[in-house]
Amino acid sequence: MNEPNFFESPGAGGSVGQPLDRVDGHDKVTGKARYSAEFPLPGLTYGVLRTSEIAKGKITSIDTTAATKEPGVIAVLTHLNLPKLAQTPNTPEGKKAIGAPMGFLPLTSDEIHYAGQPVALIVADTFERATHAASLVRVQYQAAQPIASFLDAKAEIFDPLKVQDGKTPGHTRRGDPQAALAASAVKLKATYNHAINHHNPMEPGATTAHWEAADRLTVYESTQGVTRTQTALSQMLGLPREQVRVVTKYIGGGFGCKGSCWPHTPLTVQAAKAVGRPVKLVLTRPQMFTSMGHREDQTQTLTLGATKEGKLTALIHEKTSTTSPWDNYAEPNSRIINLLYECPNFEAKYELARANVMTSTFTRAPGEAPGSFAIECLMDDLAYQLGIDPIQLRLLNYAEKDPSTGKPWSSKSLKQCYARGAELFGWSKRNPKNGLTRDGRHLVGLGMATASYPVHNSQGTARVRLYADGHAVVQSGATDLGTGTYTVMTQVAADSLGLPVDKIRFELGDTRLPTAPNSGGSVAAGTVSSSIYMAAQDVWQKLTKLAIQDKRSPLFRAKPEDVINEKGRLVLRKDKAKGEDFAVLMKRIELTDIEGTGNGKYGAGYESGMAASPADSGHKDDTAGHSMHSFGAHFCEVRVDPELGTVRVSRWVSVHAAGRILNAKTARSQIIGGSIFGIGNALMEATHRDDTFARYTNATLADYHIPVNADIPEMTVEFIEEHDPYINAMGVKGIGEISMVGVAAAVANAVFHATGKRVRDLPITPDKILSAGVAS
Amino acid sequence: MNNFAYQQVGKAKDATAILREDKQAAFIAGGTTLLDLMKTNIEQHSQLVDINLLPFKGIEQTSDGLRIGALERMSDVGENRLVLEQYPAISESLLLAASPQLRNMASIGGNLLQRTRCGYFRDVAFPCNKREPGSGCPAQKGDNRNLAILGVSDSCIANSNPGDLAVALVALDAVLTLENAKGKQRRVPLTNFYLLPGNTPHKETVLEPGELIVAVTVPTAAHARRSMYLKVRERTSYAYALASAAVGLDVQGGQIRSARVALGGVGAQPWRSLEAEKILTGAPATEATFRAAAAAALQGAQPREHNGYKVELAKNTLVRALFDLTAKV
Ligand SMILES: Cc1cc2nc3c(=O)[nH]c(=O)nc-3n(C[C@H](O)[C@H](O)[C@H](O)COP(=O)(O)OP(=O)(O)OC[C@H]3O[C@@H](n4cnc5c(N)ncnc54)[C@H](O)[C@@H]3O)c2cc1C
Ligand code: SF4
Repeated sequence: MNEPNFFESPGAGGSVGQPLDRVDGHDKVTGKARYSAEFPLPGLTYGVLRTSEIAKGKITSIDTTAATKEPGVIAVLTHLNLPKLAQTPNTPEGKKAIGAPMGFLPLTSDEIHYAGQPVALIVADTFERATHAASLVRVQYQAAQPIASFLDAKAEIFDPLKVQDGKTPGHTRRGDPQAALAASAVKLKATYNHAINHHNPMEPGATTAHWEAADRLTVYESTQGVTRTQTALSQMLGLPREQVRVVTKYIGGGFGCKGSCWPHTPLTVQAAKAVGRPVKLVLTRPQMFTSMGHREDQTQTLTLGATKEGKLTALIHEKTSTTSPWDNYAEPNSRIINLLYECPNFEAKYELARANVMTSTFTRAPGEAPGSFAIECLMDDLAYQLGIDPIQLRLLNYAEKDPSTGKPWSSKSLKQCYARGAELFGWSKRNPKNGLTRDGRHLVGLGMATASYPVHNSQGTARVRLYADGHAVVQSGATDLGTGTYTVMTQVAADSLGLPVDKIRFELGDTRLPTAPNSGGSVAAGTVSSSIYMAAQDVWQKLTKLAIQDKRSPLFRAKPEDVINEKGRLVLRKDKAKGEDFAVLMKRIELTDIEGTGNGKYGAGYESGMAASPADSGHKDDTAGHSMHSFGAHFCEVRVDPELGTVRVSRWVSVHAAGRILNAKTARSQIIGGSIFGIGNALMEATHRDDTFARYTNATLADYHIPVNADIPEMTVEFIEEHDPYINAMGVKGIGEISMVGVAAAVANAVFHATGKRVRDLPITPDKILSAGVAS
Repeated sequence: MNNFAYQQVGKAKDATAILREDKQAAFIAGGTTLLDLMKTNIEQHSQLVDINLLPFKGIEQTSDGLRIGALERMSDVGENRLVLEQYPAISESLLLAASPQLRNMASIGGNLLQRTRCGYFRDVAFPCNKREPGSGCPAQKGDNRNLAILGVSDSCIANSNPGDLAVALVALDAVLTLENAKGKQRRVPLTNFYLLPGNTPHKETVLEPGELIVAVTVPTAAHARRSMYLKVRERTSYAYALASAAVGLDVQGGQIRSARVALGGVGAQPWRSLEAEKILTGAPATEATFRAAAAAALQGAQPREHNGYKVELAKNTLVRALFDLTAKV
């Protein structure tokens, strides 16, 4: 290893891994923590969007007279008078430069492409006045018949060649799957349908835009990545990056919908320009359903060939989904199907249809969540068909190398996850036959599923300033989605510097800080922690240099490579008694503070020490010659009421192996949160888009159901200790998304075990249980 | 939401007088649903008359039965000892509704006047006969999974009052006391209070403009004391019923002497089923009887494309409620 690595750090392990309480907890519960809509700027005004009633057509006129006359109204901005941007995402080049998630910006023309598209932005001195004025804007449309989804008879299904904005190929093929399938003793084919899901973080999208000068902007934004927003805005505005500052101190959840710069952000920025005052815009809950993307409605068909012993011979995956009029977005479901099990022949294909909807986007475990549903349900079917225990079947097909690339895994502890999960859950007591376990009126079912998520290619930077008085300020332009980034990075910094955690101040969420990747794709924990660790190493190297040059130091004239740092002391590797405290050294040489910077890289722990390209959601896990993934297993018990159609999760066990776990408590919360997210996806989350109007009929949290406390049992979460020297300097894989991969399948498999009926349409609501004929 | 005036009144007369003068004014009690309707521009009121100071309080035994003031809060009524002992179905219908926060604010009168959750009604961008008479009913061929199958019409298939309390109250023969602008009170059985949609789904109750709900009275009865409310929903709490049943039985020696049955979630209005009661009354308390009663209750069901499952679900819900009730001695 030519890069330092936390595994070799003698100071390691003091705080890292401990269940430290959130360092920002006190500020959050006392209201001191400022979210993006809570910065009290002088002269602040309030922006409110007026959105389109229709899903397709043209604006023929907008009458703003009544709205403009309302007291307190400062401006009513439409496509006719909003200040023009230097560049919009409305062209492929513009979109690429901006890195926008959607190839269309509202308020740039009279065209209406989707219901809920902004048609006016009203700025007033209070939120209430702006809201009222928005309702007074009279918009006339020439409406056209919209296309609601890929199921619409008018929809044209096409082959996109590439999906996810070109990041993922639309076709993948290994071996000769058709021939292999034809020759297979066992063939299974099933179609899975997925409802539209919305992220619905607690904090809605929010932007506060403040032009500090004609060419200098600060935006307080609820985003998972300040840098990505800065890039987008500076491109759209035609301003140098340094003149656009993006600040995100706290986020109330994102789940992917805050991973990109959506239209309301530049529109608010332009509104602030138009009125010459700061403008704050917070999306309403209904607007959250048409402003920041969603998980698309989709259907997937998976065909499997196997030997009669249960060894996979072929997998063929086809997915059809709805996309917007401009973009070819489809979450890459086939990625996980391609690598979860050893299978020599594989093929995947994506089909899309354009409809009058906004562009869908990454939603927690994009691709892996629905993809795992298909493969893990079909594996379950195969297990029943062959009379093999579902875990045994998975072990029989265990992939010792990544089947999609042929590369070795950097680490894989899935067998341990199965074994430990089965033990905690009591899997061996399960009746292998389905439909036979009863508890009073309920049918009881036990199901399991595998989870896997890639370690995405990513890099970031951090800065550490260590003070002679024994405290340090640590900075990285990362964001904390509410998952605990502040806390875990404080722990990493403390151990890397040999200081107690209360001597660390960790700052994030500002483009003035060293660049960090988006908190998305589960990259933040690994990349940012590695950056901090590397920055601390930089400090130690600088201090070592100073010590060995100082006659008064016990390390005078030592070779730098012989000096190591241990718990805040510089000591000789061979004689640890010989050395001195950094504070003693710094005080003696009259150094009040010292700065170090570090670059945390994907694959940086690996011998080749190869640097990686900047973070994106693309899948380049081969940088270091290893395939890098987290793995895990979920175990679920359900109680199904066959007459009333209700399904309730009654027990839950998740065991994951994801490299180093930085904080036992926040990690557990992540897994619980992701599992609950998945249970919602499995049992209740669905946004309904009307077939005729292409408009949602349940865009509120009263009607879009997410789990409540009473839906969730006590959850058991464990981690398998995993030492992965290849991923990054901290050996951290990330756990934000794997927590939800396989969850829906575990639930559906439990329902199958309980009832003997396979429900392949998500969510599994009572109507589906009843129509599956469970009671009869 | 439009601008509106707000005032609090101390006397019923003053409240009704304002509404007589101003047809756009509305009463506000807990405000838990009225404000939502106003924020979404489904209702636009010129002024809100806060009736919380009116003396429509108290839960007391009278010669006609239990009298509950219209301004009592859902949580207080649900947890009241008399209600728990003598009308368990009412208590359960209240405590299974909404969330603790809403129940602490929401009044009994307001609960009985809540409006449909039909997604087309709740979004002014859609046509909707109930909201805008004559504009059409997209739910007929659209997203009707949660909507009604009994008492529906080609104009509207919404569960006009989607709540739980009204189901328990129509089952147990509750009577409303109303007071109009002239200070005159009248008594209306809840079963006659709600109107079926027919061609006029915007007319939901017999309440006259400006008329107040003063109280609701529920007669004491053996079948009320032995009553229960069963609610089926997608999640365990904080959701409206896909189907529900309020049942009350007086069973002696295995024979049903009197029965009360109402269904929620499936009717255009809280659905009292005299057909089911007829079958139950005088019959043995057996599964066969319960199934026959359920079949009778759903006889007239008119499902649409996505809510056909409700026929079976409502039957099963009713049978289950009857079972559970007879199992509970
Ligand atoms: C998210 C959510 C979930 C819910 N879930 C459920 C549920 O599961 N089950 C359920 O039953 N309910 C549910 N509710 C509805 C809730 O019970 C009602 O909002 C509440 O009961 C209304 O009472 P209120 O006092 O707040 O009425 P308000 O909002 O004050 O008034 C409602 C209407 O009644 C009128 N009004 C009020 N009092 C009187 C009176 N005395 N005389 C004449 N007119 C009057 C008002 O003018 C207004 O038109 C839910 C509500 C929400 C917001
Ligand atoms: S069902 Fe009734 S409330 Fe719903 S759209 Fe039709 S008319 Fe309106």
